[in-house]
Amino acid sequence: MMDFIVSHYNYWIYIVLMMIGFYGMMGKRNLVKKLIGMNIFQTAIILYYVSIGCKKGATVPIIPEEAHGVIHHINPFNYINPLPHVLMLTAIVVGIATTGVALALIILIHRQYGTLEENEILEIRKND
Amino acid sequence: MISKNLPVLIVTVPLMTAFLVVILGLLKRKLCYPIAFLATLASFIFSAMLLEKVILHGTIHYYQGGWLPPWGIEYVVDHLNAAMLVLVSFVSLMSLWYSGPSAEKEIPKSKIPYFYSLYLLQITGLLGIVVTGDMFNLYVFLEITSLSGYALIAMGEKHAPMAAFNYVIMGTIGACFYLLSVGYLYIVTGSLNMADLARLLPHLYGSKVVLTAFVFFIVGISLKMALFPLHIWLPDAYTLAPSSVSTLVAPTMTKVGAYVLFRIIFSVFGPHFSLEVMPIAHNILGWLAAGAVLFGSIMALAQRDFKRMLTYILVAEVGYIVIGVAIANRMALTGAILHIINDAFMMSCLFLVAGAIVYKTGTRDIYQFRFLHKKMPLTMAVLIVGALSVIGVPPMCGFFSKWYLILGALAAHKWVFIAVILTSTLFNVAVFFRVIENAYLEPREPAYAHDGGQPEIVKFDEAPIGMLIPMFLVAIGIILIGVFSGHIIASIIKFAIPANI
Repeated sequence: MMDFIVSHYNYWIYIVLMMIGFYGMMGKRNLVKKLIGMNIFQTAIILYYVSIGCKKGATVPIIPEEAHGVIHHINPFNYINPLPHVLMLTAIVVGIATTGVALALIILIHRQYGTLEENEILEIRKND
Repeated sequence: MISKNLPVLIVTVPLMTAFLVVILGLLKRKLCYPIAFLATLASFIFSAMLLEKVILHGTIHYYQGGWLPPWGIEYVVDHLNAAMLVLVSFVSLMSLWYSGPSAEKEIPKSKIPYFYSLYLLQITGLLGIVVTGDMFNLYVFLEITSLSGYALIAMGEKHAPMAAFNYVIMGTIGACFYLLSVGYLYIVTGSLNMADLARLLPHLYGSKVVLTAFVFFIVGISLKMALFPLHIWLPDAYTLAPSSVSTLVAPTMTKVGAYVLFRIIFSVFGPHFSLEVMPIAHNILGWLAAGAVLFGSIMALAQRDFKRMLTYILVAEVGYIVIGVAIANRMALTGAILHIINDAFMMSCLFLVAGAIVYKTGTRDIYQFRFLHKKMPLTMAVLIVGALSVIGVPPMCGFFSKWYLILGALAAHKWVFIAVILTSTLFNVAVFFRVIENAYLEPREPAYAHDGGQPEIVKFDEAPIGMLIPMFLVAIGIILIGVFSGHIIASIIKFAIPANI
């Protein structure tokens, strides 16, 4: 059991981080805290993707060109998989865009209600 | 040259125009609308050409930059895609046409270039989701659609930013779950191409990782398509959005979500996986969808606000589509695909009408619709076409998809779903007759009793022609799809359903 947990530690870390983020989004009343939760949630998934591309003892996937332009025998076990990392570049960009939009919305909301507590905003909306 | 690159042009033209609009908007604001219109028109024409090509010659594969799959990004256009492309680009074109007069009133002048830029990005994303054959590419387009959607919705009425913020949180969870599902599939297969995944997955059906990926996918996409009980963000967001935005996102976003659900379940995982390895998924989906239909219909009846009422009907309509997917026999799937097409038209029609009423009277309260048939007779005629179609009266398209769904449920002996569909039809009758009654019939208590017995003179005061034409085109579309539904099934939908069902 212990072995199982330790050998999959990257997955456990991502799950724990994701749940922290999820709690932040669902359990917190302050909108900025919700946004921070969302960021943790997204980062957990980025971490997960980055970790699945890694291999023990492997190096960056740059193949040195040997003499006369001939590439010799390549063992894929010596190189990490770069594809998940590349995918995460896109996901990071998406994450930043989402955070930007959400922050802009938070500014609008604060201008409108003068508060960022969800329960107070609901109260104001109800009285409106 | 153009005909060879059609699949990518559909996406590229609105994408590039989105940037162009912002730059041109700085010079001359009046140019934004016609240019955005032309770009969407181009997308629509390209989609129509693609549909014709697909019907004549079968599936089209397009390799981005000449990279062959599974390494490069592949665009695949088969019968289902091509029909969805035409549908989405047509509805977008109608909304964009309509947004000319509508946005002028609702959006501050200085924001018009950004508004059209976002509008085009939204259309880009929707078309991209439909046309792509790559799982990760789909995620990127999903996020383009959502991000532009958040911003567009926040441009709406007083409480719109708060609704948009809730949508950001829910939408991000949905997209992240989808991304996780892609990651799980990548771990076991090492591929992101849909066709390649479909080839590799059958050997891995026993794997727990594939099961987890499937569950993450279903939850993620249910959030995006607002399947009950994950619909909470939808009514607020779509009610408070500007009317030119809700006419775009309400018919298309949920339908494209339903398309993704259909595509991934049947083309990537394969019907064998969800039906035989994991039949419980179809059961759960079915019950949730039945809940959605009943909940949406009942909640619609409880609303006074016309647009909010429509959003709850939208929740119910998503339920109809998912009922078809959950039953998963040939009849029911025909009904589900036909309902995706029909519902895009019906929702487009009704939201266009709602926008026109708000434009002229400034109210969405059903009880203030009095004398509207004298004031806006043409708009009310379109409303009746849409309403009859949602209820399911034969010449309109809504009848045929409900008919196929009921036939499918009969064949599968799922009596509960038949009861649910029929009950919700009754609710729809009540919902729309309440609107029609208020708009058409003279109030029993004369409204003019207090001011000296003079009858209130209601003048003919229709919405501008730029709003009326799209409404009429969509209404005509509803009737034509109804009349020609047999043709649509025989030439498109028949080929869209997996052969071994």
